[in-house]
Amino acid sequence: MKRHRKVPFLHVAVDLPKMDIFLQQIINGLVQGSIYALVALGYTMVYGIMGLINFAHGEVVMIGTLVTITVATTLIKAGMPVAVAGLAGLSSAVLACMALGWSLERVAYRPLRNAPRLTPLITAIGMSIVLQNVAMIVWGRNYLTFPHLLPKVNFEFAGAHFTAVQVMIVVVSGLTMGGLVLLVYRTKLGMAMRATAQNPQVASLMGVNSNRVISAAFVIGSALGALAGVMVGTYYEIAHYQMGFMLGLKAFTAAVLGGIGNLAGAMAGGILLGIIEALGAGYIGDLTGGFLGSHYQDIFAFVVLIVVLMFKPSGLFGEKTGDRA
Amino acid sequence: MHAKLSVVALSVAAALALGACGKKEEPKPVAAPAAPAAPAAPAPKPEVVVKLGHVAPMTGPQAHLGKDNENGAVLAIEELNAQGIEIGGARIKFELVPEDDQADPKQGSIVAQKLVDAKVHGVIGHLNSGTTIPASKLYSDAGIPQISGSATNPKYTQQGFKTAFRVMANDVQQGKALGQFAAKLGAKTVAIVDDRTAYGQGLADEFRKSAEAAGIKVVATEYTNDKATDFKAILTKIKSKKPDLVFYGGMDAQGGPMAKQMKELGIKSGFLGGDGVCTPEFMKLGGEATEGNYCSLPGMPLEKLAKGPEFKDKFSKKFGVEIQLYAPYVYDAVMVMADSMKRASSVEPGMYLPEVGKTKYDGVTALIEFDEFGDLKGGAISMYRYKGGKLEYVETLGGDAVGAIKEVAAEVKDAAKAVATAAADAGKDAVKAGAEAVKDAAEATKAAVEKK
Repeated sequence: MKRHRKVPFLHVAVDLPKMDIFLQQIINGLVQGSIYALVALGYTMVYGIMGLINFAHGEVVMIGTLVTITVATTLIKAGMPVAVAGLAGLSSAVLACMALGWSLERVAYRPLRNAPRLTPLITAIGMSIVLQNVAMIVWGRNYLTFPHLLPKVNFEFAGAHFTAVQVMIVVVSGLTMGGLVLLVYRTKLGMAMRATAQNPQVASLMGVNSNRVISAAFVIGSALGALAGVMVGTYYEIAHYQMGFMLGLKAFTAAVLGGIGNLAGAMAGGILLGIIEALGAGYIGDLTGGFLGSHYQDIFAFVVLIVVLMFKPSGLFGEKTGDRA
Repeated sequence: MHAKLSVVALSVAAALALGACGKKEEPKPVAAPAAPAAPAAPAPKPEVVVKLGHVAPMTGPQAHLGKDNENGAVLAIEELNAQGIEIGGARIKFELVPEDDQADPKQGSIVAQKLVDAKVHGVIGHLNSGTTIPASKLYSDAGIPQISGSATNPKYTQQGFKTAFRVMANDVQQGKALGQFAAKLGAKTVAIVDDRTAYGQGLADEFRKSAEAAGIKVVATEYTNDKATDFKAILTKIKSKKPDLVFYGGMDAQGGPMAKQMKELGIKSGFLGGDGVCTPEFMKLGGEATEGNYCSLPGMPLEKLAKGPEFKDKFSKKFGVEIQLYAPYVYDAVMVMADSMKRASSVEPGMYLPEVGKTKYDGVTALIEFDEFGDLKGGAISMYRYKGGKLEYVETLGGDAVGAIKEVAAEVKDAAKAVATAAADAGKDAVKAGAEAVKDAAEATKAAVEKK
């Protein structure tokens, strides 16, 4: 007889959620969520004013990233300091996306202003495909690497790791949302936007140029898209002509979760979605005893969305009345 | 009104999302239109056009690999046409019919049906196992020979189709070699991540078997998908298990960022992957995080093969880009097909198919011979290290012999266990059965050693 063996199950370490790991998952989710939020702000901005879901917004983000790569990489190669090249990349991306947003509205949505609401939705999906293919022709099929714009600084807090880039992403999306709220509620343009959202005809009778207001919404939304694109690029350091698709879809989900059309809702929805995803991927396996693996993280997120919509059909922050700014 | 619209839009979004992620669904073969009468056999005319279908993802996250495959096929076809081959008294002009399956099994079946309807003489591809397996049924039904240069999932050739061939070692061989290599690296614990594609999942499963057989403990199993860019959540979970090694079954577009994010999270484990991450693209995307880690490629390194350097030169001269991954294999696949047609003196699928199985072709990647399943005989697996942005050759593991012995050893172990159980039961029959099992296993061991 061999040595006495312990009963196997006493060997199995009990997997209690560890605090540092939990904190790390929250940080992961917060950063991912801030990216969703930044993109979701673009969706919600346009939706709030026109009731149009601009499915091409994810592609605007993608164009923003790719333009930044081209400009920044060229300038860095030409010997410019990284900070200057990065800023130049960012501003050219913002300009390019503003132009793109303006033309999108002009070409694809304005002619359909009075069409049934599903028509511009389909056009938006069409524009999304067109933009993806244009980007494929211009930038090629390969993955592109995003230049290192920020120094690699790693922080450690209670066993959780995070980088300067992650901090920047959270701060930038918070500031952006704050700025947008100020714009909408404290400026003349914002007032015009809210008026147009309530009733375009009446607003134009009051002297509001609703065409210009709608263009402005697209231009601002697209500028935000460019900013989001640069953040995504700096974070993952890769870009691809199809990167906007899933990102756009997730951001749209975030916007709906928070109450589409509502700025604070987009922010809350984004962060909530990010954290749900991270926790879902991190703990769903343990919670279900390995029955559901981490690839069910999206299902987790969508189940939460469905439950929220069942009880609050207009989203967490959505108002019950149909129209809102 | 708005709420209603958002619901409509949401369902559109959900449909799109499902389209994007629903890769695991069993694709239904497209209803085949009744095939008209078989085409008249090409009368020996001065010139006969032979259409070869080529399928790979030309759009989507793996488009760079798809383009690489197509380049391999284009190069082969141009060379064949320049040679001015004559088969059955006619001058042959090969023509490539390129199709894009978007690495999507559903799309794979659609384009496969398209190629069948276009009456191609042979099919090269597909790139992904996930698209190749469902498509192979359509080619088999139509009797069209298919040679893939990159679909490594064992299932592809195990369906009993006479038309399915591959010129690359399969994942049983590769997973085995990877598991043995992990043990060699001194890993005691591993975490396994796969992308839930036929390739990634298949390779990860084979790796798991081999690693466990070598005494390595699998401490975490996580999943992602072939479109993901963020892996922090699953990596954080892996971090809590502190494995010596993280194994990834999937492609470079995910593997590179994954390696990078491991570093960012302060994970100190090594990274190991199969052919999908053994690319220049992987190192470009993973940056310095890939340094010092390992991956495997079926076959021998191109530099070590007689015709390898020449092929490399030809390729970069013609396309102005580096070989990504499978181009040499796809090149060989086209050449094997043309060679079989020559030996059969016919370009008709039904006529030259029997010759494909009898292939003995000295290709760029290997001396190509097929076993009874259509798998490459004696597929070797080479291990590489990422070093300074380049793949550094480490060693070649002969897939078959070593694996067979390991398997037998496991059988002996099982048999011994059976004996022990039987003894405990003190049932005479059980003891007899156990003893027989031991005997069988011992014989098998002997056979395997002799084979080696």
